[in-house]
Amino acid sequence: MTQNKSTAGLGSAALALMLALLLPLPSQAALKVFACEPEWGALAQELGGSLVEVTVATNALQDPHQIQAKPSLIARTRNADLVACTGAELEIGWLPILLQQSGNARVQSGQPGNFAAADYVRKLEVPQLLDRSQGDVHAAGNPHVQTDPRNIALVATALGARLAQLDAAHAGDYNARLADFSKRWQQAMQRWSSQAAPLKGIEVVSQHKAFVYLYDWLGMKEVAVLEAKPGVEPSASHLQTVLASLKNAKARMTLYAAYQDARPSEWLNKNAGIPAVKIPFTVGGTDGAKDLFALFDDTVARLLAAAARP
Amino acid sequence: MHKLWSAGLSLAVAAQIATPLMALAQTPPVPASEIQSLREELAAMRAAYEARLQALEQRLTAAQQPITATATASAPPVAPSTRAQATAGANAFNPALSLILSGGYTGTTQDPASYSLSGFQLPASAPAGPRSRGFSLAESELGISASIDPWLKGAASISLQADNTVSVEEAFIQTTALGNGLTLKAGRFFSGVGYLNPQHAHTWDFVDNPLAYQAMLGTQYGDDGVQLHWLAPIDHYLELGLELGRGRSFPGTDTSRNGAGMAALTLHTGGDIGDSHNWRAGLSVLNTQADNQALTAIDANGSLVNNLFSGNTRVYIADAVWKWAPHGNATRTSFKLQGEYLQSRRSGNLTYDTANTNVADAYSAVQSGWYLQGVYQFMPRWRVGLRTERLDAGTPNYGANTAALAGTAYQPGKNTLMLDYNPSEFSRVRLQLAQDRSTEGRTDNQLYLIYQMSLGAHGAHSY
Repeated sequence: MTQNKSTAGLGSAALALMLALLLPLPSQAALKVFACEPEWGALAQELGGSLVEVTVATNALQDPHQIQAKPSLIARTRNADLVACTGAELEIGWLPILLQQSGNARVQSGQPGNFAAADYVRKLEVPQLLDRSQGDVHAAGNPHVQTDPRNIALVATALGARLAQLDAAHAGDYNARLADFSKRWQQAMQRWSSQAAPLKGIEVVSQHKAFVYLYDWLGMKEVAVLEAKPGVEPSASHLQTVLASLKNAKARMTLYAAYQDARPSEWLNKNAGIPAVKIPFTVGGTDGAKDLFALFDDTVARLLAAAARP
Repeated sequence: MHKLWSAGLSLAVAAQIATPLMALAQTPPVPASEIQSLREELAAMRAAYEARLQALEQRLTAAQQPITATATASAPPVAPSTRAQATAGANAFNPALSLILSGGYTGTTQDPASYSLSGFQLPASAPAGPRSRGFSLAESELGISASIDPWLKGAASISLQADNTVSVEEAFIQTTALGNGLTLKAGRFFSGVGYLNPQHAHTWDFVDNPLAYQAMLGTQYGDDGVQLHWLAPIDHYLELGLELGRGRSFPGTDTSRNGAGMAALTLHTGGDIGDSHNWRAGLSVLNTQADNQALTAIDANGSLVNNLFSGNTRVYIADAVWKWAPHGNATRTSFKLQGEYLQSRRSGNLTYDTANTNVADAYSAVQSGWYLQGVYQFMPRWRVGLRTERLDAGTPNYGANTAALAGTAYQPGKNTLMLDYNPSEFSRVRLQLAQDRSTEGRTDNQLYLIYQMSLGAHGAHSY
């Protein structure tokens, strides 16, 4: 009798397991968000709170251009309700593979479950000439839109609406969270803008063309780039050329993203006395950049500290 | 699904239209840079519309002309100067085109004509070893791919060979909207067995495929058929694949049967260990039928003979790959270790020396091989790789032909060293040195110097 019972128990357990494996997961569970970069993961968390379960594909120390379409990411894409990425071809080397191998119809491009942040902002540096002799250029424009908090505000509005659309039962909650976030974000932007006033008009050098939106926001002027062409590691000869070109400019600092090798910027610091500033670039890029608000607090603080040096 | 999709689209469109308005509303004092960029946008839009008008005018005039003119007119040479312009016009829906250009120099100390894998019978159509010596075009490949509709994708890759032959390497359609982790592929494709098999030649880390692939899969197994992939709904990667096909190439043969000549089953799993490590491992089995498969072999007398094989072949493959990059950032340094073990079990009938003796009898063989390779990127743009491999021909049962065909217990082997330089993501130059002991009593030292360049759309690479 007991044996029969345990067999029956085993049988039903196996059946339940099979059902669990075969059937799509019930939809009342938290909305599963797969974010390509930490900033969109953080934004989805701000806007979704406990209603969402966020997975971030990359960390702040990885170059978002060069990510492997690795097994763990394929598995996460398969179960996602929403894939939130930068777009503008930033993830062109890996996201298409994830989508293709995921067997997940909800997140294919054109579906509500596919969200590209760059679609909702005005893009800068849209190339006039599409030719690979120009390096690894993005046809849609510079994809590093997250360095301007005004863009974050625009993306937040769109992402909030998308969450409400996908999880209509909680649309009210998402709208309320979006309103709250937007209010806090507007206040924070005013604070950052006034703090960053001394940065307006100063001349800077970039290691990679990653900060055009930041410069656009703060009114900084990019006078040189250490990479000869986007995505091409700075060579010694090109660094010499940049050094020579900076003789007459008054560049105050060199910006590099947390995921980048600091050596080219440090080299310029040693040879031209231009301080190298590590920019968190995304949430988690520095110890200070713990969330979206801290990301800009830390970015502005680092820029001000470098600008304050004689 | 239709409704949802169109709702999503209209929302996206609405949001895009609303974006500039919101941007204006949120920054009351419009800065000069904003005005400037709005001007630029306006100019870009104007340019885009002019280009479209121009294109339409050209098409109109072309339509009025004889048919010969339409081909050129449908592709007006308008340089894409803005995003809007690039996506406008009749060409906007053209599939993504990519061209891999490859070629180089091969030097060997032994004549490639005398190359063989001792103890292994191979079809004349899938030879092993270096193809030719001296300068030569390597496999250059034209790739075409696009979405067909919201539910399907299509892709084809056309291989251009040094001997002026063109072949359809892959041409398949693939579902995107089955959901539940299911993906169905139909057409011609590389089988998903093992790790290297589904990968195109230009993504290999060495110039040539491992000996085990050359001996047991005809270098790379491709077929016409269907493939179903299912990804388990768990956060851990677990993928099952089932393939049915014609069985048109070695170890199978093309015949006129109705049923499937090939069936394959694949199971792959993988994951991360911290930020810096990730891996994938799998087991696969490929089953093919062969009817009167023409094979070349070296018999016990050392002469080259033509045999015929009819029967069943089952190839088991175990594969594993492990990748490392500090914090997962492979820009500066990275390491990749991969290895595969292949075992081929053939059973059926073998006709020995069709030209002379022509004796048929039962035949069964269990043969195996493995390779292990590591590729290390020691600084940006530079990679070095080492591969070692062995084959085991086993002791096949030739029945009445045992005396004529029995070989020695020689184990073919090869060691390969590779150095490549990648000036950009789209270009590569590779030097490869190998000591190849595939043929008993013959050591072949090989040197390859090749280039591989990618033009046009650059498809994403699989893991």
